[in-house]
Amino acid sequence: MTEIRDRIIQIIAEQAMLDPSELKLEMSPQEIGIDSLGLVESIFAIEEAFDISVPFNANEPEKSDFDISTLGAIIGAVEKLVAEKA
Amino acid sequence: MNAKRNKGERPPKTPRKPGKVKGKVKSATKMARTMLGRVIMGRHANGMRRVAITGMGTVNALGRDVPSTLEAMREGRCGIGPLDFRDVDRLAIRIGGQVRDWEAETYFNRQQIVLYDKFTQFTLLAAREAVAQSGLVFEGELGLRSGVVLGTAAGGMNTWDENYRTVYEEGKNRVHPFVVPKLMNNAACSHLSMEYGLLGPSFTVATACASSNHAMGLAFNMVRSGAATVMLTGGSEAMLCFGGVKAWEGLRVMSKDACRPFSATRNGMVQGEGAGVFVFEDWEHAVARGADILAEVVGFSMSADAQDIVMPSAIGAERTITGAMLDAHMRPDEVGYINAHGTGTAANDKTECAAVAHAFGHHADRLMISSTKSMHGHLIGGTGAVELLACIMALRDGVIAPTIGYEEPDPECALDVVPNEAREARVEAVLSNAFAFGGLNAVIALRKA
Repeated sequence: MTEIRDRIIQIIAEQAMLDPSELKLEMSPQEIGIDSLGLVESIFAIEEAFDISVPFNANEPEKSDFDISTLGAIIGAVEKLVAEKA
Repeated sequence: MNAKRNKGERPPKTPRKPGKVKGKVKSATKMARTMLGRVIMGRHANGMRRVAITGMGTVNALGRDVPSTLEAMREGRCGIGPLDFRDVDRLAIRIGGQVRDWEAETYFNRQQIVLYDKFTQFTLLAAREAVAQSGLVFEGELGLRSGVVLGTAAGGMNTWDENYRTVYEEGKNRVHPFVVPKLMNNAACSHLSMEYGLLGPSFTVATACASSNHAMGLAFNMVRSGAATVMLTGGSEAMLCFGGVKAWEGLRVMSKDACRPFSATRNGMVQGEGAGVFVFEDWEHAVARGADILAEVVGFSMSADAQDIVMPSAIGAERTITGAMLDAHMRPDEVGYINAHGTGTAANDKTECAAVAHAFGHHADRLMISSTKSMHGHLIGGTGAVELLACIMALRDGVIAPTIGYEEPDPECALDVVPNEAREARVEAVLSNAFAFGGLNAVIALRKA
């Protein structure tokens, strides 16, 4: 599981042009400095990294089954999707 | 009437009477009214020509001609349904405003089909209807003084898709010799010029979702300035193929179930395909030959947000809406209907409503604004052309096309969006909005003929 967490942090940090150590699990994408377009790109990178399909519609991000409120929530949601795949 | 147009032919400018100007500074509205008063016959006092629409044609998910399309709009019928093409099962988005059961052989011969991508086929069929309605024959001088400006975002996307499949997926090393002339963005424009012998200024513009509004705006200005007597204009798009939809899927702004512009329950855009083609004609030329004038094109404005590659700007949209009214010498309270860009995305609809509210002030609560994309889908580079049909229907028939799929009010879209059912109303002036990805805006203004 830490493998998934580290990989996601790496993806998000790269998108935000920050060092992974600067990210905290309770930070929202906005706080990290990721806008809607950056979020779409991050989700694509996550899908590619874990070979999963993330249910995310940029029109209603809060309504998606996929919780993107914080970095920690994103990690939890990806872990769930990876577990479902296995 | 269509003889030489020398500068000397234009009526001399009447000197402004000082007594008519109240105060030192004339407001834009006052100036507009003064100018409007100076329309004499087919010309404005400044020598600019008036521009008549004398023909219209279309192919889209609602119908393969104008009467069937307008009937569908009046009935609030939805042309969006399950997509039907190769590999659709590999897509997450499987709905669209597709032109169903399209068989090119019905309209074109074998030699034509090898050269015509679907976007060209749609254009030519729409043009046949428009030109036939106008009654024009482009012979001699008129052919020299007539041209084509069309909009498309992706041109021959189906041709790209099919041939990439051939070389990448099937591993073949040979493609058909006409791939390039078939897929190029100007193919439809060029074939239209050849079909009718249009020898004047002709080109294609690509500004994503605003392409055909930009095209029609340019055509309008060419006729208005006297650079051309007749322009065939509009736009076309045929992106509903595996590669086309797959690309859009990536952006995650597409709806999986329906296009519900302005509704609180909206969840994205739905793509359409098809074409709209119009005949824009010098007013004097149209009157002289006794043509049926469908509407008058009176203003156009375009601008750039210079801000974001996908997110729209309310300020940019407002500037363009206001610009079109100024260009048309139109007061905001004259506008009875706006055909909205209304994509059904979270971002566009609230931004567009804010722009309209700012541009019109109190009058925003009295005008009607609808998005016909809810019925025919978003035709991207061809969308403004199909949507202009709803504008002409409003002016000519007094029928306002509805925004269908409307379920729940959104406080951020608190305008009269003509929900679900068409409405009878007398309107004298209308606008058609288009706000493209990349922040490129284009708004057209029409008046009742």
